[in-house]
Amino acid sequence: MIQHLLDGVLTGSYLSLGAIGLTLVMHILRFANFSHAELLSLGAYVALVCDALVSGLAPFLAVKLAPLSLTGSLIIAILISMVLTGLSALLIDRLVFKRVREKGQELSMVFASFGMALIIRNVIGLIFGLSPALYSRDIAFAVILSRDPLILVKPDQIFVLIAALALMFILHLILSRTTFGYSLRAVAENPSLAQVNGVNLQRTIMAVWLIGGGLAAVAGVFYGISHQLIPVMGRDLVLPIFAATIVGGIGSVYGAVLGGFIVGIAANISLVILPSGYTPSVPFLLILVVLMIRPHGLFGEARA
Amino acid sequence: MIGVFSYLVFFATTASILAIAVLGLNLQWGNTGLFNGGVVAFFGAGAYGTLILGGTAQAGHLGGFGLFYPLALLGGMAAAGLMAWIVGLLTLRLRHDYLAIATFGVAVAFENLMRNAEWLAGGAKGVRGFERPLRAALGDGFIYNLFFFVVVLLILIATYMFLERLVASPFGRLLRAIREDEEAARSLGKNPARIRLMAFVTGSVILGLAGGLYGTFYAFVSPQDVLPTLTFQIWAMLIVGGAGNNRGAIFGAFLIWGAWTLSGWALSRFAPVDVQLYTGSVQFILIGSVIVGMLMWRPQGFLPERLVVSQRGKPQQMQQGE
Amino acid sequence: MADPILQAHGVTAGYVPDLPILRDVSLAVPPAQITLIIGPNGAGKSTLIKAIAGLLPVSAGQITFQGSDITGLRTDQLTAHGIAYVPQTDNIFRSLTIRQNLDLALRRAGVDAPARLAGVFDQFPALAAKQRDKAGALSGGQRQFLAIAMALATAPQLILMDEPSAGLSPKAAQEVLEHARMLTGQGVSILLVEQNVNQALRLADHCYILAEGRNQIDGPAADLRDNKVVGEIYLGNRRVGAT
Ligand SMILES: Nc1ncnc2c1ncn2[C@@H]1O[C@H](COP(=O)(O)OP(=O)(O)OP(=O)(O)O)[C@@H](O)[C@H]1O
Ligand SMILES: [Mg+2]
Repeated sequence: MIQHLLDGVLTGSYLSLGAIGLTLVMHILRFANFSHAELLSLGAYVALVCDALVSGLAPFLAVKLAPLSLTGSLIIAILISMVLTGLSALLIDRLVFKRVREKGQELSMVFASFGMALIIRNVIGLIFGLSPALYSRDIAFAVILSRDPLILVKPDQIFVLIAALALMFILHLILSRTTFGYSLRAVAENPSLAQVNGVNLQRTIMAVWLIGGGLAAVAGVFYGISHQLIPVMGRDLVLPIFAATIVGGIGSVYGAVLGGFIVGIAANISLVILPSGYTPSVPFLLILVVLMIRPHGLFGEARA
Repeated sequence: MIGVFSYLVFFATTASILAIAVLGLNLQWGNTGLFNGGVVAFFGAGAYGTLILGGTAQAGHLGGFGLFYPLALLGGMAAAGLMAWIVGLLTLRLRHDYLAIATFGVAVAFENLMRNAEWLAGGAKGVRGFERPLRAALGDGFIYNLFFFVVVLLILIATYMFLERLVASPFGRLLRAIREDEEAARSLGKNPARIRLMAFVTGSVILGLAGGLYGTFYAFVSPQDVLPTLTFQIWAMLIVGGAGNNRGAIFGAFLIWGAWTLSGWALSRFAPVDVQLYTGSVQFILIGSVIVGMLMWRPQGFLPERLVVSQRGKPQQMQQGE
Repeated sequence: MADPILQAHGVTAGYVPDLPILRDVSLAVPPAQITLIIGPNGAGKSTLIKAIAGLLPVSAGQITFQGSDITGLRTDQLTAHGIAYVPQTDNIFRSLTIRQNLDLALRRAGVDAPARLAGVFDQFPALAAKQRDKAGALSGGQRQFLAIAMALATAPQLILMDEPSAGLSPKAAQEVLEHARMLTGQGVSILLVEQNVNQALRLADHCYILAEGRNQIDGPAADLRDNKVVGEIYLGNRRVGAT
């Protein structure tokens, strides 16, 4: 049970990172972006490529940072991938979503996002092949935290959790201490009033894609570290991160963080009572429960 | 020669069944603006429902009720409608994202349940032991397939006529009114959430009908039949054909199913063997591009919605017909 | 008389294409004065203000500010030019604190920010005391003051105010309007929409009457107060067309 709880928290750490960007986009651009999870895979694979490049160029970075299986080159690769994935999110918006939006087809955005998801996911599959990839071939040994009950944890997982929490904390500082953060929250609450107060809407939307894409890249890499990289990982992540946004309340960054952990923990705890085959359904059950008892989520507000 | 002809019948039967599904989706999306991200779940509920209710006794899982076929089909449709009713009740009061996500979730959970719950529907092995209606009289061969095609075609025509009347009726106008301006519709004293729920359930029942026919056609259904692929295909059919236009929906079904079949055949025939593993990926990229491309360059589809202008002329006569 | 700071010439605008709400509306706002717009509900007063603020597309006509054409500029650009707008409803960010609301408005102020913030708190001491509270928790009158304070924080030359006294107690309404009057003493020009016609006419310099999206009558506020027709139509709360 405690082991499941721990695993749930670790799962929650990358789900939360994925859900933050999604909830912002859903709130500000007002559409359910089914291609957001593909940004996680994109970020994960971009990091894989960058890791190879960096360790090729600077072999001294390719050594493990014991006790982690992580290397310095992967950490640099993550940073590069954050930028590149953020820019890709921006580019996809420019090329596709913005045009659909400007054709006055707001409702169709959700279709367009599904179409984009199919394209991204399968292009990744074509490029990298359908078999799984790993950042590190070395087997990472778990550390025994306790023997009775048996609780195991890998150092990498602890790193993932701490790094995710640190990123969330930085985001929290930005949102609660900087006028840039206020402008993001202002646009989320009332876009035209934000403009009245001098906020440039287009630029804020660009910032949202950059942030969302950047966090998605980290989430994707963390997923890859915790499990493995597969081109269809977006397909398996899309429902959990949507569930996180709904549990937290669409539009709430803090809700997305909490929602991510709740979904992660619920999916792992469910293993105690349900056969593991049913795990993919758990986010859906959670969505149903939330819609029944608190439709606008933990922190969400009613909005038409 | 008979081979080609029999293949054409097979193709046309599948395309017609899909066309019925596209018509159901058109009522939801085209006429009412409701995004159904889990088309395949309602289709699948129809298929599983029909086969479980109409099939022979099976060891190890639910089924074998051996109901009279039309009743089994109605049962499958009811299963789809019930699922839609529950999802709709929970989401249709909220902003439209919720319906999109919840329906997508239904599809994931449905496939997951069918794959895992052996006691319910045979798990990964699927539901077998279904006796196609009138098989005893018509046999298994070409005659039966031709007969089945005619039945499907008649059902397609009936569905088309039903929906044409529905959208021309005052109820249809109400659906469009809600799609265009929910506030205005509310101020007319209508309850948009209830009306959307009715449209959503009706559309899903039609999806269930298509699923039931599909299950009957193959006399077998398994989790492989309820993968998200089908949802994407049915969307592409509607978007290409023209959301809001029932003829467009049927046209799109035949066009996209033709293109899908052809591309699959071409890839398996001409692509090198080591690439064939990626046939699916290529087809998905194609279908994604079709959806995105249409939305960007021709969002109204090939046969755009004909806006009903007259409020007193022809539709009036149709109301009396109902 | 000095040149008007803001002028609208034959403005036509609306919410959806081909369905203009405003038709051929013109007005001029002289500097450091209160220019009042009155008219029945649905006349298009808020629509006019939104069109000036760049929140609605103007399909015909021209808007000039300090002599240069501002038609079609984005709202945030107008803010940078010195036009502030206090909307009729939803005019503060409820999820931000009072201080955060003000900091947001002060974002472009640079080195002037501390001085402006101090100035705003001087004018509205009640806000200074509640800086860290969520703006959503403010009372109606305080909300209105915060909205005006946010407008002032951008150091505007012109403030567009849409019914700032709506929903306030008579006393609070009077305070808000008097505050507007005081601002003109500091050189700020104000374009004011009001339902409190009697009170507003007493404070305003010039007044336009709008009905059904068109200019009706305009003139010095003092004259309109005594004008019999206007008195009948608007001050007696009778709708246009009822006479
Ligand atoms: N967001 C909107 N979309 C479409 N039409 C609108 C919108 N807002 C207002 N209208 C319409 O524009 C017209 C003018 O509205 P406006 O808000 O400008 O009136 P007003 O003079 O400010 O009235 P009030 O005194 O009630 O504030 C009305 O007929 C209204 O129905
Ligand atoms: Mg108004």
